[in-house]
Amino acid sequence: MRNILTIAGRELRSIFVSPIAYVVMTGFLLLGGWFFFNLLARFNFLVTMYSSFQGGAEAIARLNVNEFVIAPLLHNLSVVLVILVPMITMRSFAEEKRAGTYELLLTSPVATWEIVVGKFLGAVGFIVVMVGLTAIYGVILWVYGNPELGIMVSGYLGLLLLAITFVTVGLFASSLTENQIIAAVTGLVMLLLLFVIAWPADNAGETLGGVLRYVSVTEHFAEMIKGVVDTKTLVYFATMITGWMFLTQRSVESIRWR
Amino acid sequence: MIDVHELAKRYGDREVVKGISFSAERGQVLGFLGPNGAGKTTTMRMLTGFLPPSSGTASVAGFDIFTQSAEVRRRIGYLPENPPLYPDMTVRSYLTFVAKLKGVARGRVRAACDDVIERTGLGDVGGRLLSHLSKGYKQRAGLAQALIHDPEVLVLDEPTIGLDPRQIIEIRSLIKTLSGDRTVILSTHILPEVAQVCDKVVIINDGRIACEDTLANLTRDATLEEVFLRHISGDAAAEERAAHALAEAEARI
Repeated sequence: MRNILTIAGRELRSIFVSPIAYVVMTGFLLLGGWFFFNLLARFNFLVTMYSSFQGGAEAIARLNVNEFVIAPLLHNLSVVLVILVPMITMRSFAEEKRAGTYELLLTSPVATWEIVVGKFLGAVGFIVVMVGLTAIYGVILWVYGNPELGIMVSGYLGLLLLAITFVTVGLFASSLTENQIIAAVTGLVMLLLLFVIAWPADNAGETLGGVLRYVSVTEHFAEMIKGVVDTKTLVYFATMITGWMFLTQRSVESIRWR
Repeated sequence: MIDVHELAKRYGDREVVKGISFSAERGQVLGFLGPNGAGKTTTMRMLTGFLPPSSGTASVAGFDIFTQSAEVRRRIGYLPENPPLYPDMTVRSYLTFVAKLKGVARGRVRAACDDVIERTGLGDVGGRLLSHLSKGYKQRAGLAQALIHDPEVLVLDEPTIGLDPRQIIEIRSLIKTLSGDRTVILSTHILPEVAQVCDKVVIINDGRIACEDTLANLTRDATLEEVFLRHISGDAAAEERAAHALAEAEARI
């Protein structure tokens, strides 16, 4: 445990002293703010428009903040995460290999899984802060509007699980190479694939289509945005996270049997 | 303390280390000599558990490097060719990190850092970022990192490369003070360094041991330079003869 925390602590520190972290975080929050502002403005416009109609009260009753602001906001943020998470994780292993500190880590009395878990926790720590800061939009809606809290919390939890899954994919990509750019691009491509893998599901027949839908991260995320926290979904995220972590551990360990 | 038996390393078809055997006693400083590309670094990486051997065995402090790797790693201090430094950390925070990583007891971490900082003369730069240090100080920080858990065995891969003469002398005298009851393996291709620091010499050439003896025996009736060149060029001459024979054979066809 001490080894894991030592590595996680150094990782988190190193993320926070690098300019990449602040560029990524600023970009994420800037885009988030832009999405939020525009979605809210559109919502506001719809409310004013319907209220000017006769019998518009019924239509207004059907407009709700969860569906018209929070759901699209979280969807948009998830797309931004596809691009930004690999920028955070690209350094984790690649930079150690390039700088030669990989030799220090692997010749220390530390197990490879401890290194992997430590790096994972460090990156997750940063991601939690970054995604956590967007909770301010939820708070604003909560103070000035009347969103349904359960659905909102479930949606944010979904975004967090999605981001953590992305971190594990990014770590795996970084463990494959000593070049940060390659790590970032590989991670980005894998995440995009994970995002759109269910596209052919409708024409792919029942079995294959079902499999593709289950593998696709978007399907599960969409469920959570709707406020459905299913065991199936939680199992999916847990499987993804442990699965990619396992692959990363094998990839790091591979230097010992190549 | 260190027993290497028929250790070999292959990368695909290329055999870099071709079954070498040597040993070092407790308290000995072993000079690991050889031209560039002879397999020195690979051998050291195998001893420190960074790379697994393709075949053969070795034991360090009585533990097998393959089956008891964690025990070996606990007892070895290793300075790779490029000191493994995190540029964004200060000297002190880096050494604290390494101390924890190497399993120094919680209450001892601070004292261990103070101790190595003093011994390696890093006192003036303790709060500086590693990326801002001069090459000499970086090398010292690398050495401090290898010493932090007071290891029984010290593996140093070309510790004086790229340093100016004054720094070389400093690092050498530091290594001498470090030996004591520690076993040190020092890889280098700088011969005077070996003559000054080492008790025993192992010359490796093209992945094979060319010579293993004490420094005193080797330099009895020749300089170390002559000994080195004789062992290194022995192979080169043989290769040249082989190439000649091949060319002649081709000419006949």
